[in-house]
Amino acid sequence: MSNIKKITKMQLFLPIFSMILVMLVNVIYDLASGNAPFGFFSISTQVTSSGNTILYGRLIDILNRGSEVAILAIGMTLVVSASAGTDISVGSVMSLSGGMCCMLLAGYGVTNVSEYACPLWVGIGAGILVAVICGLFNGFLVAYLNIQPMVATLILWSAGRAIGLLLCNSAIVYVRVPSFQFFGSYVGFLPTPILIAAICVLIMALLLKFTALGTFVQSVGINKKAARISGFNSAKIILMCYAICGLCAGIAGITATSRIYSADTNNIGLNMEMDAILAVALGGNSLGGGKFNLAGSIIGAYTIQAITTTLYALGVSSAQAPVFKAIVVILIVVIQAEPVRDYFKKMSAKKAAAKEA
Amino acid sequence: MDSNIALTMRGICMTFPGVKALDNVDFTLKKGEIRALMGENGAGKSTLIKCLTGVNKFEAGEIHVDGIEGPIVNKDTMDAQHKGISTVYQEVNLCPNLSVAENLYIGREPLTRIGTVNRRKMNQMAAQLMKDLDLDIEVTKNLEEYSLALQQMIAIARAVDMESKVLILDEPTSSLDDNEVEKLFGMMKRLRDQGVGIIFVTHFLEQVYAVCDGITVLRNGTLVGEYTVEELPRVKLVAAMMGKDFDDLASIKPEGTMDFSNAPLEIDAKGLSHAGTIKPFDLEIHKGEVVGLTGLLGSGRSELARAIYGADRAQTGTLKVAGQEAKVKSPIDAMNLGMGLLPDDRKAEGIIGDLSVRENIILAMQAKAGIFKKIPMAKQIEIADKYIEMLQIKTASRETLIKRLSGGNQQKAILARWLATNPDFLILDEPTRGIDIGTKTEIQKLVIKLAQEGKSLIFISSEIEEMLRTCNRMAVLRDGAKVGEIDGDDMTQEGVMHAIAGGAAHE
Repeated sequence: MSNIKKITKMQLFLPIFSMILVMLVNVIYDLASGNAPFGFFSISTQVTSSGNTILYGRLIDILNRGSEVAILAIGMTLVVSASAGTDISVGSVMSLSGGMCCMLLAGYGVTNVSEYACPLWVGIGAGILVAVICGLFNGFLVAYLNIQPMVATLILWSAGRAIGLLLCNSAIVYVRVPSFQFFGSYVGFLPTPILIAAICVLIMALLLKFTALGTFVQSVGINKKAARISGFNSAKIILMCYAICGLCAGIAGITATSRIYSADTNNIGLNMEMDAILAVALGGNSLGGGKFNLAGSIIGAYTIQAITTTLYALGVSSAQAPVFKAIVVILIVVIQAEPVRDYFKKMSAKKAAAKEA
Repeated sequence: MDSNIALTMRGICMTFPGVKALDNVDFTLKKGEIRALMGENGAGKSTLIKCLTGVNKFEAGEIHVDGIEGPIVNKDTMDAQHKGISTVYQEVNLCPNLSVAENLYIGREPLTRIGTVNRRKMNQMAAQLMKDLDLDIEVTKNLEEYSLALQQMIAIARAVDMESKVLILDEPTSSLDDNEVEKLFGMMKRLRDQGVGIIFVTHFLEQVYAVCDGITVLRNGTLVGEYTVEELPRVKLVAAMMGKDFDDLASIKPEGTMDFSNAPLEIDAKGLSHAGTIKPFDLEIHKGEVVGLTGLLGSGRSELARAIYGADRAQTGTLKVAGQEAKVKSPIDAMNLGMGLLPDDRKAEGIIGDLSVRENIILAMQAKAGIFKKIPMAKQIEIADKYIEMLQIKTASRETLIKRLSGGNQQKAILARWLATNPDFLILDEPTRGIDIGTKTEIQKLVIKLAQEGKSLIFISSEIEEMLRTCNRMAVLRDGAKVGEIDGDDMTQEGVMHAIAGGAAHE
């Protein structure tokens, strides 16, 4: 009993619990429909048309498709913690970053190439750079001009995608070069986006462990004034968080663009800012800023993707999926809410008391 | 229940994780009585009040209130209010941008027939209430246009108008000046005469004797005793609170005046100013010297210190630190020059509430080291433990969130934060405000010890007595300007009073 209590007290208990719940639904569905009982977890190999052996399975699919949101969640976690606000421009910035990259690789006005117009690294570098600049712009508005985060990032939320479209001359630019598709396809047998997300998470985890980034960001997020008196430059730290958030949006944008080897600026990263914010919340982080838990956000990101994938597996049409997704999200958010948690605590305390008597 | 009794609490018990906060505590309040609830930080005063008002859920015991059958348990403060128990906190919990009348009747506005707020009636009622309480307040003006003291009285008026039988005043005087305190006391006495039972929580001993009829003393979560004021003179009260006879406070400073004119200058400020808060001032502080800043609240004491520290960037003048010309644009610059500032508003500018005691203690060190040089965990633990032990910070563990600590222990942790940076020059702004008498003495002793180690200090306090005990020299401020200095034989209670008032200061 005491062990169970210890586990339920852990900060990550609920995010992990939510994730397991979603998986359980899959197992039950598989059992009920007479599929292999653990088909959800089975990972097999497949040979693609081009002759490569790749990993295949629902779990792999969730990890693969959830990569962009997971990458965005890293930056979003920092932004939420430091500025008690959200960066709603990340989806738009993803699209801008992809547009910038493809425009350079194809050349302005060209919509379909099978050869680079400039070196690959220049295109990707510029795509990520423009995203970081967007992050700095957001950060400047929030940290130095004290504009509310949602209002400040609303500017690029609306303009970012439009600028991307402008760069692509209002067309979908295809870059049909295998080396560009690499970031959205496979490295050996593993989908590259999984690897990219893993590297991003790893770098951030190492930064949190071996630098004082966590202390700096959380101090500013919890009490800006006290942090300043204790020698922190709050504005600089907030600016940095937005810049990192922009960087993450850039990486996610390039990954998403590479998947479809084209800059479909109207659709890349569409509504993804909401998923990123949701991931942070599902991870048990307060959107009021302050303390944060990166692992929670990452689990949250994959939980969202797991819900989506599960719904498709259950045969829910893509048009109806958002409704079910909303229901699941409501459930998860409600079980994490403080009053509900207190209620369960009380119930279990009563039970324990009844047993003793 | 005796018809003369407003409130009784019997056998109240309450446990926080690892700490027995209240152990079988009794409390009795008569009608028409002002009763002081006294005790050191962590004695359980706040916890008892919170049990009474429904903020905390107590585990055992009973509460009886006059006029209600049987024991009551309040679900929350609203519930308590309905049962006639109102609380006014140190911080005014009203809306500054609403009018006085709106604040008075928020949530229970008189309505017109069609269901909108009847403003005319509300203003009339408010004006009548102000008149009854003898307050000279224009009820249609915004709350923020009145001083903190008047705001507090309006908060009390609101509480009283809701037909309170029991009124709890939690440290209402901490941020008031003497004149304002007098006004508040007048109001408390009028309410007492109307039959309201008042629980008065304060750290100022003299105020207890100025206004209270009875005293209840708590120590370490248990009841020491319930007394009348006559039974318990000051010295006995302090002894009851601390559970021992406390050191003679007067003897902490080495005898005789010290001459610092040969000591090297640590701080040499010339013409520093910050628009709107402090006019240009000169200030010299020698190595090993404690300089007090005195003046009325809002006279620019804190602002002067903040201009030196860069918390409010000085716009004119020059600053030399240890003989070197220094540019202080922000606190981190000051810290790199060996300065530290313990701000007066602990909650707003001191603690990082959601971080642990350990993280709070190493915070300034970490800020100085920079983001890439994380202090290794082993070292963090070592430092935190060292100061928890040295300053006797009462905490369940070093990983406890600092917001769970009592005010005095939070203050000690912030002090530890600065001591850990080993500063040459430390500014202490009201370090003992809201702190129990035992800790007060400890902090005063620490100040003198630091000075003896060759550190320079600025000490700011509203209690002149305390400044006289610790400071070698005092600078006097009035209306945002430094108007003079006092030292030597002028450093007496009267000398300081005169200087503050604008009499015999050495201009």
